[in-house]
Amino acid sequence: MNIVVLVKQVPDTESLVQIAADGVSIRKDDVKWIMNPYDELAVEEALRIREAKGGGVTVVSCGGPKAQETLRTALAMGADKAVHIQDPAAEGADALGTARILAAALKAMPFDLILCGQRGVDEDNVQVGPAVAERLGIPHLSFVIKVELLDGRVRGHRVVEGGTVVVEAPLPALLTTQRGLNDPRYASLPGIMKAKKKPLEVKSLADLGVDPATVGAAGRKVVVRALKLPPARQAVRMIGGETPEAVAAELVRVLHEEAKLI
Amino acid sequence: MAEGIVAVTEQRDGTFRKVSYEVASEGRRLADALGTTLTAVVMGSGVDPLAAEIQQYGPDRVLALDHPELADYRVEAYTEALAQALAGDPPALILIGATVQGKDLAARFAARRDAGLAMDCTAIELRDGAFVFTRPMFGGKILAEVTIPEAPRIAAVRPNVLRIERRPAQAAVAKPALALQGIPTAVVEKRMDTSGRIELTEADIIVSGGRGTGGNFAPLEELAAALGAAVGASRSAVDEGWRKHADQVGQTGKVVSPTLYVACGISGAIQHLAGMSSSKVIVAINKDPDAPIFAKADYGVVGDIFQILPKVTEAVKALKG
Ligand SMILES: Cc1cc2nc3c(=O)[nH]c(=O)nc-3n(C[C@H](O)[C@H](O)[C@H](O)COP(=O)(O)OP(=O)(O)OC[C@H]3O[C@@H](n4cnc5c(N)ncnc54)[C@H](O)[C@@H]3O)c2cc1C
Ligand SMILES: Nc1ncnc2c1ncn2[C@@H]1O[C@H](COP(=O)(O)O)[C@@H](O)[C@H]1O
Repeated sequence: MNIVVLVKQVPDTESLVQIAADGVSIRKDDVKWIMNPYDELAVEEALRIREAKGGGVTVVSCGGPKAQETLRTALAMGADKAVHIQDPAAEGADALGTARILAAALKAMPFDLILCGQRGVDEDNVQVGPAVAERLGIPHLSFVIKVELLDGRVRGHRVVEGGTVVVEAPLPALLTTQRGLNDPRYASLPGIMKAKKKPLEVKSLADLGVDPATVGAAGRKVVVRALKLPPARQAVRMIGGETPEAVAAELVRVLHEEAKLI
Repeated sequence: MAEGIVAVTEQRDGTFRKVSYEVASEGRRLADALGTTLTAVVMGSGVDPLAAEIQQYGPDRVLALDHPELADYRVEAYTEALAQALAGDPPALILIGATVQGKDLAARFAARRDAGLAMDCTAIELRDGAFVFTRPMFGGKILAEVTIPEAPRIAAVRPNVLRIERRPAQAAVAKPALALQGIPTAVVEKRMDTSGRIELTEADIIVSGGRGTGGNFAPLEELAAALGAAVGASRSAVDEGWRKHADQVGQTGKVVSPTLYVACGISGAIQHLAGMSSSKVIVAINKDPDAPIFAKADYGVVGDIFQILPKVTEAVKALKG
């Protein structure tokens, strides 16, 4: 079973996100970068499938030079090899552009199963997985919390509002991960040492036969006009009182009479 | 700009999800502002009652995509049906609800049409004749204003944000023939919660609990019952096994936009705020006066939830008589 995992490097969820001087991008200095948390689930699931069924796990990322750290992390977790698509012309791609690049890379490698995150916790696009599947002409199952492999087919337990739906698709297929799927392992020290020697291939858009005009900033369908900070809330109003009854009465009064919410 | 607004509704087992009324109402407002028409799309198998119901929200036309293959949602079938029905000149804008299904369908359909998609928008404005979409990024730490210069344009809108407006209309219902063969996926099982619990992303009020509950959610459940609210949880409460993953609010859980969010024994970690900061009013109850949640709340109570919540529930019951 050949499994490919798409991984993206994103700012740590703890980090302060600052708007750059151009007003349409974020400041990249001073940011701590991590593997997208949903992609950790995808790497973990791929490793578990390989452990159960055999095969190989390849991790693929498109991004600047630093993205290699994330690929090394995936290798240290246990992936077998990595492909880094790095090209200045790919920078600033929107979700469709990114999907075009990733799909081109995937066409050049064997795969039975593609795993990726449901969304990157950077731009929160929730798009790249389904878009890659569409460009490859294969089925996809999104937001899965359980994966079952049958003969030539995959079953994904998809979380929807108010329940779970089990959907079956023929392989090859693409799955996107939802929290609850597994608990990703940490990279062990021996794993980190081994990762240094594992193959990591770097590819350009030309290597993939992707026309730079269709991706990157040039190919964007969605144009960022401005980034803003969310409007600040008014200062908190503390509700006090002598007894829990008094506090509760006052809270319910303001919510009823002033905020008119209950 | 191309003509017409299209609002894609969502139903399950013959009942509309609330976001359907939101996209139809917003579609009507945008169509009026542009002086163009609104088409409401209804998808499923046996959708006549839904095609009739959606007329309450003012479409000029209803497009009923009615086919046995559309009985259960499968992205390939829904994408294909939508692509067939909306072939030809693209409309000015396609609106869809950013639910689990809507996000999935919007992403695949956008790739099929090579269309710009603004995911999970919280506002749509017309500025100088062009749509400007506001969408939170980085878990709500940043709001991006984006445009999509060329049609087809797709906006997936966050549930529970846009105003619902009834505008009864007499719209013609069109039922195009659909060719849906060879759909590769099959639904093999549905496990739905039939307890009638309110879905977090659709709830007007959410009472949410964290590690401070110590695993005892009973006082929260009682308050929620009195308020007609849904119960949410922080990741810590989920990790402890006290609540289900589906209840988790935050960056790696659900993003919710209720009118009232009551955070009980939740410290207010940045990843939790990512899921609830677009709530209209936030109330925090926490025994630590320095808990970060107070910096994001509108109303704060310093105290023990086990002492405060039962009294709040009593006061609410007294108010509602
Ligand atoms: C990548 C990543 C993703 C994450 N995603 C999420 C997410 O989606 N959602 C999420 O919630 N978290 C998420 N987290 C975790 C987050 O960082 C916090 O650890 C978590 O939100 C803390 O939960 P808590 O507030 O319930 O617990 P704590 O931080 O332990 O806070 C408990 C609070 O309860 C108060 N308290 C205790 N007893 C009482 C009492 N009797 N009465 C009143 N108050 C009391 C305490 O004063 C304290 O403020 C994520 C973390 C990471 C790294
Ligand atoms: N530049 C990228 N390189 C590799 N994978 C990516 C990239 N961007 C997105 N992905 C994958 O697509 C998922 C969804 O991302 P998004 O649509 O950007 O929210 C991520 O969790 C990754 O698995």
